[in-house]
Amino acid sequence: MKMQFKIYRYNPDVDAKPYMQDCEVELEPTDKKLLDALVRLKVVDDTLSFRRSCREGVCGSDAMNINGKNGLACVTDVAGLKQPVEIRPLPGLPVIRDLIVDMTQFFKQYNSIKPYVINDTPPPSHERLQSPKDREELDGLYECILCACCSTSCPSFWWNPDKFVGPAGLLAAYRFIADTRDTATNERLDNLEDPYRLFRCHSIMNCVDVCPKHLNPTKAIGKIKELMVKRIA
Amino acid sequence: MANVAKRQFDAVIVGAGGAGMRAALQLSEAGLKTAVLSKVFPTRSHTVAAQGGISASLGNVQEDKWEWHMYDTVKGSDWLGDQDAIEFMCKTAPEAVIELEHFGMPFDRVESGRIYQRPFGGHTANFGEKPVQRACAAADRTGHALLHTLYQRNVRANTQFFVEWMALDLIRDADGDVVGVTALEMETGEVYVLHAKAVLFATGGAGRIYAASTNAFINTGDGLGMCARAGIPLEDMEFWQFHPTGVAGAGVLITEGVRGEGGILLNGNGERFMERYAPTLKDLAPRDFVSRCMALEVLEGRGAGKNKDHVLLKLDHLGPEVINHRLPSIREIAIKFAGVDPIKEPIPVIPTTHYQMGGIPTNYLGEVMVPKGDNPEVRVNGFYAAGECACASVHGANRLGTNSLLDLVVFGKSAGDSMIDFIKRERPVHKPLPENAADYSLSRIARLENQTGGEEVNDVRSAMQKTIQLRAGVFRNSENMALGVKEIAEVAERAKRTQIKDKSKVWNTARIEALELDNLIEAAVATMIAADARKESRGAHSHDDFQKRDDDNWMKHSLFFNHDRHLDYKPVHTKPLTVDYIPPKERTF
Ligand SMILES: Cc1cc2nc3c(=O)[nH]c(=O)nc-3n(C[C@H](O)[C@H](O)[C@H](O)COP(=O)(O)OP(=O)(O)OC[C@H]3O[C@@H](n4cnc5c(N)ncnc54)[C@H](O)[C@@H]3O)c2cc1C
Ligand code: SF4
Ligand code: SF4
Ligand code: FES
Repeated sequence: MKMQFKIYRYNPDVDAKPYMQDCEVELEPTDKKLLDALVRLKVVDDTLSFRRSCREGVCGSDAMNINGKNGLACVTDVAGLKQPVEIRPLPGLPVIRDLIVDMTQFFKQYNSIKPYVINDTPPPSHERLQSPKDREELDGLYECILCACCSTSCPSFWWNPDKFVGPAGLLAAYRFIADTRDTATNERLDNLEDPYRLFRCHSIMNCVDVCPKHLNPTKAIGKIKELMVKRIA
Repeated sequence: MANVAKRQFDAVIVGAGGAGMRAALQLSEAGLKTAVLSKVFPTRSHTVAAQGGISASLGNVQEDKWEWHMYDTVKGSDWLGDQDAIEFMCKTAPEAVIELEHFGMPFDRVESGRIYQRPFGGHTANFGEKPVQRACAAADRTGHALLHTLYQRNVRANTQFFVEWMALDLIRDADGDVVGVTALEMETGEVYVLHAKAVLFATGGAGRIYAASTNAFINTGDGLGMCARAGIPLEDMEFWQFHPTGVAGAGVLITEGVRGEGGILLNGNGERFMERYAPTLKDLAPRDFVSRCMALEVLEGRGAGKNKDHVLLKLDHLGPEVINHRLPSIREIAIKFAGVDPIKEPIPVIPTTHYQMGGIPTNYLGEVMVPKGDNPEVRVNGFYAAGECACASVHGANRLGTNSLLDLVVFGKSAGDSMIDFIKRERPVHKPLPENAADYSLSRIARLENQTGGEEVNDVRSAMQKTIQLRAGVFRNSENMALGVKEIAEVAERAKRTQIKDKSKVWNTARIEALELDNLIEAAVATMIAADARKESRGAHSHDDFQKRDDDNWMKHSLFFNHDRHLDYKPVHTKPLTVDYIPPKERTF
């Protein structure tokens, strides 16, 4: 099967500016996912640059903008994609080369929420106990693969990547608030209480729409907002 | 040669998977200046893909003892594992897993509030009597939970990561001591010399030497390649684990945890064939055994599907509740990669290359040990290895499921401790770098730049994968392996003349893939030569012409030396640290 692509290309070593490249590739029957097609394209043109690793949707490497929507190439079926398939780097982050973006800002925001359990009481010799029900509170939160599909589809993050934590970071913030082993809820809320860090989210839900892991950052953000309000009251 | 930028650290860790990050934590928390290099952002390392669990005899669900865990591991290894290292790992396991919990790892829980444990292949109570629930799990995302937790903990400890830096070569001085590495910063294409008092390799496996594998693209055995080129031998490379349940056609893994939760294997006739081969453990016999049984079913015409080329993993009888709660990612993978919803239909599966039991020879302290004169194990000063790239050897000829994640944290930590000790006591100041420490790496890159009339990286890599797949598979025989040795030598020659079109500096993935291929080739050659030489069947090495294990002649580790491609052997450690030796027996299940 032949497939048509339109791919964003930019190599700072040789290109004055980015351009869209038309190309075509002959797929084998085993090439089921978009990543398979990109790998095949790369055999023909080894300058095509993109990140990839696990090829099963769990490492978060190959997030890109596919026909206008952010997603992971490795879990996107080629069959059913409108042709020519238009592929661009994740929007809103500086492009280093082709589909490879600079994710520094994204990870900076993630690190800013202190993404680790804080608990200053000395741990017992066995587990810090947690009931199955309390543990369930973490479902839908801890599974994030830091692919950045969400944050780079969020208009608030595009405008203020340095000030707004963004959906992925806020999802993580709530993951630690929701953990019964974490004792720093207040400190975490303080950390988010400013006009930008949390409150730039206007519940546009783009993030929910694109998350390849079916997580719901908007809901988590809502819960943090609720806690903020409760705290003031 | 060219002037290369140098940077100095107390310690350099190559690899930010579970092993590298556990070691990093130890060093960062001890206040040492540590650089952690990774080809990918840390949470993208392949540990993230581990599914089923991490073993420890916590006894949260059923009575368990570390001595039973040790017995299972020794037996699982088909008596090729070193019993001191195995004792160390199994005894330390409960504390290592509890520590992960304290770090914040989101394990599933049982009613008492303690960590949930599930049954797994080869895990038994009372020295093989019956299955036991020992695998500590976070749904079927245990590796993800573990890796993210370790990354998070490293954020807390302010560990310095060099993300998307690829180590190229190990730097040894005239004494053979390790004093650093050369590395490529992918974003700029610049080569650096990283000068260190101690270096740890935690570069993961080389599963990509096979055409079909559960491994990620980045699992190219870089640590092995760097060692081979620097004169460090590779141990037990003939032993590769074939996981029984890779998705047929796609290679993506379906965890053994599915069978732990009650899933069963069926042949084309709908028969639960494992009952015939392993009356006690059935579908939960160790992986080498189950994989061979599956392959036999297919070979004897009892496969499933239109080409009768796979078997079926049935789990619909577990019900949607268990599947959605305990195995949610498996359901997602089956839908995405096999096109079936396991709540309704069985998953087509075949044995798929999964794990490298061999690697860089170390002891249980993470110190790299090589033969010197009459002594089979002499420490390489300043050099450490842990995780899948290392061979401690706890997995011997066949790894038990969930023992790898355990290996990462146990030996990641012990290697970190050994490095701290070494730096404090033996190398408080840097040992000088040799002259032109980067020349070798630079010449490799220059060769690629200037190659003309060469071969495409993709063609050579495919040829290598095809050879290994065909010649070092589940079932092996003399004729086939002899051919493999010849063929892989030819492929290795071709690899010396790879050529790339992309000559730019910034994020040159073509160059990276060419450099990775150099590493894959070392691992592939070692695998083929070590496999061809071993005239017995043991664990994952199943030899049609020598179908029995031969303890008199072959209870020994192989060591492959790259410079002249010769093999040497060293004895298995038969003396545990405190308990009695577990003598060899026939393996039945
Ligand atoms: C699909 C799958 C499921 C599994 N499930 C389980 C399970 O349930 N339980 C279990 O115990 N085991 C499991 N295993 C095995 C286990 O996950 C792996 O053996 C283990 O995670 C390897 O960890 P590691 O830290 O050694 O290496 P990895 O996690 O592979 O990390 C290697 C690191 O080295 C870096 N690196 C490599 N080369 C270079 C270089 N040249 N320069 C710089 N950095 C480099 C990489 O970027 C990466 O950070 C599974 C394996 C697979 C493939
Ligand atoms: S819901 Fe909030 S975080 Fe999500 S896309 Fe909209 S503004 Fe961004
Ligand atoms: S929340 Fe979803 S989309 Fe966002 S980074 Fe995590 S996995 Fe990716
Ligand atoms: S390659 Fe890992 S998520 Fe796609």
